[in-house]
Amino acid sequence: MNPANYLYLAALLFTIGASGVLLRRNAIVLFMCVELMLNASNLALVTFSRMHGNLDGQILAFFTMVVAAAEVVVGLAIIVSIFRTRHSASVDDSNLMKL
Amino acid sequence: MNSLIPLLIAAPLAGAALLLLGGRALDRFGHWIATALAALSFAFGLTLFADMLGRDAEHRAVTERLFSWIPVNGFQADVSFQLDQLSITFVLLITGVGTLIHLYSVGYMAHDERRRRFFAYLNLFLAAMLVLVLADNYLLLYLGWEGVGLASYLLIGFWQHKPSAATAAKKAFIVNRVGDMGLSIAIMLMFVEFGSFAFQPVFAGAGGASEGKLTAIGLMLLLAACGKSAQVPLQSWLGDAMEGPTPVSALIHAATMVTAGVYLIVRSGAIFNLAPDAQTAVVVVGTVTLLFGAVVGCAKDDIKKALAGSTMSQIGYMIMAAGLGPIGYAFAIMHLVTHGFFKAGLFLGAGSVMHGMNDEVNMRHYGGLRTYMPVTFATFGLGYLAIIGFPGLSGFFSKDKIIEAAFAKGGTEGWILGLCALLGAAITAFYMTRVMVLTFFGEKRWQPDAEGNDPHPHESPKSMTVPMIVLAFGSVFAGGLFVYGNSFLHWLEPVTGHAEGDSPLSQWTVTGLATVCMLVGAALAWQMYGRNPVPVKAPIGSLLTRAARRDLLQDDFNHAVLVRPGSALAATLVWFDSRGLDGFVNGLAAAIGGISSRLRRIQTGYVRTYALSMFGGTLVLVASTLLMRSV
Repeated sequence: MNPANYLYLAALLFTIGASGVLLRRNAIVLFMCVELMLNASNLALVTFSRMHGNLDGQILAFFTMVVAAAEVVVGLAIIVSIFRTRHSASVDDSNLMKL
Repeated sequence: MNSLIPLLIAAPLAGAALLLLGGRALDRFGHWIATALAALSFAFGLTLFADMLGRDAEHRAVTERLFSWIPVNGFQADVSFQLDQLSITFVLLITGVGTLIHLYSVGYMAHDERRRRFFAYLNLFLAAMLVLVLADNYLLLYLGWEGVGLASYLLIGFWQHKPSAATAAKKAFIVNRVGDMGLSIAIMLMFVEFGSFAFQPVFAGAGGASEGKLTAIGLMLLLAACGKSAQVPLQSWLGDAMEGPTPVSALIHAATMVTAGVYLIVRSGAIFNLAPDAQTAVVVVGTVTLLFGAVVGCAKDDIKKALAGSTMSQIGYMIMAAGLGPIGYAFAIMHLVTHGFFKAGLFLGAGSVMHGMNDEVNMRHYGGLRTYMPVTFATFGLGYLAIIGFPGLSGFFSKDKIIEAAFAKGGTEGWILGLCALLGAAITAFYMTRVMVLTFFGEKRWQPDAEGNDPHPHESPKSMTVPMIVLAFGSVFAGGLFVYGNSFLHWLEPVTGHAEGDSPLSQWTVTGLATVCMLVGAALAWQMYGRNPVPVKAPIGSLLTRAARRDLLQDDFNHAVLVRPGSALAATLVWFDSRGLDGFVNGLAAAIGGISSRLRRIQTGYVRTYALSMFGGTLVLVASTLLMRSV
């Protein structure tokens, strides 16, 4: 099977994730879209590893997973605490960081 | 004995401090403390004078270094005093006349509730004036110079509730500031040229300096002298200074402070001797002023302003003599001393007349006072004879010497100066006779004052008449004493030097001419004011009279040439500042504010906006990287 197909899939997934981040309002969905983008880049890294015949890409994918796991913990905690105080998970409601 | 020199200054200074800080407790007897301290200072002066007489001419000058004032590496300023023949002459004049005027003021200011403060200022003036004449360097002299300026300002504006007095004080202060600037520039030039501003190194180094630099220093010193001594072109303040109490006019604006310019020029003789151009400028200033002041004195109806014009004119004589160089230095000082006697006496007489006439100053409202105020009449009359140069009295000898010196300058210059001096003598006789006749002779032209009280002229109290009598003695005998055996000339010669000029006229011719001029002037005034009735209201008069009443348009000139362009410049600068600079700065701020308030709309606070900008930024980065690769 042509490895390029994996890359196409990764690009598709990344685009779906990016569109979700830009278009959706629910913080949880937004978060899932970010995860989708991370996984798309993981897929691309692993594919590159296979194409070049070395392990660099795979090692980097592991790093991404670890960082993503840590990020989920912090991110979900922030979302929960925002939901508790503002009774809403919509990111558009959290728009006070401006003049 | 030399340790008395600082005490000479300390006595009046302590009096000023005591009276200013002592408060109301001293109101009752403070004026006697001040008078006693002035007398004490005079006593110290006499002691030092006696001590100086005991030594021979070469060893008479002494210096007394008190402490180091500003010790910086190359810049050493000492508080150090020099007492020589010239200084002691001034010390005796200042403290002697000063004491008499303190005494006079006790009576004159008896009804003034701020009398204590008045005496404090008088004492302050004495201290500052003594610093001025005793300093052995120009910086300390400058301290005294500013000190007398301050005292003059405070005393002219003593009746500060009168707007005219407050304005006159400010005018005197500001005009003097122009002259003071000249003195400070002269000191700086000296320091640059000689590395010092003490008299000794400066005079010793003057021989090695270029003539241009000496001329610059000399002209700056002349500017200083013009300011302090009310010489053209800085003369406009003296007439207005007559707003001060009359004892102040007598002490500061006739006998002592206004002669400081003459002292400065004579003291700096070593510089002027080597700068002929500066000397010429001094002579021109003196000659112009001696005629200017005399013409102004002829037209004034205010007795004090007429005397002020006369003061200006007499100081013009002194400045002219000082500008003649060694021919004239000693005679300038001699006229200064005799003038100190008779002019102080005349002013005190004028004060006495005003005291008896409800403070009326207009001479057209006087008349026939000689029988009512016999002592004032006699002393004023002697002062009058002295100033016009009546043979045998002080002014006769001292003015005659100056006229001789003017002729002795030689050449065309000598003739011009000598004839101007003779003309001045004639005008002096004219205006002084006019003052005398208007005040003491003729019919009574008394007018009720503003409150409707008719004047009841009476002789002044003893404390006022005694100083007048003493000064009258000085006016009569000082001149004769000074010229007897040329004693005054020999006394000052070691300090000022002396040279005989080559006069085209013999001494007796000059004396005869001066006497004739005096008689013509006096006779003319008698014809105009003594033989004909004097109108109570001043007639309109000729063009010259009207100009002279306005001080020969000096204020109009200053207003047109200095004040109006000055205020126009200031208005332009204010306009430029408020419209130009402020407009630019405010406009810039407004522009930045406007741009900022538009730019801040970019910050929406929505996460997706930031996310989009991040994606967009990443896209641009990747695209540009790819583009660079492919090129």
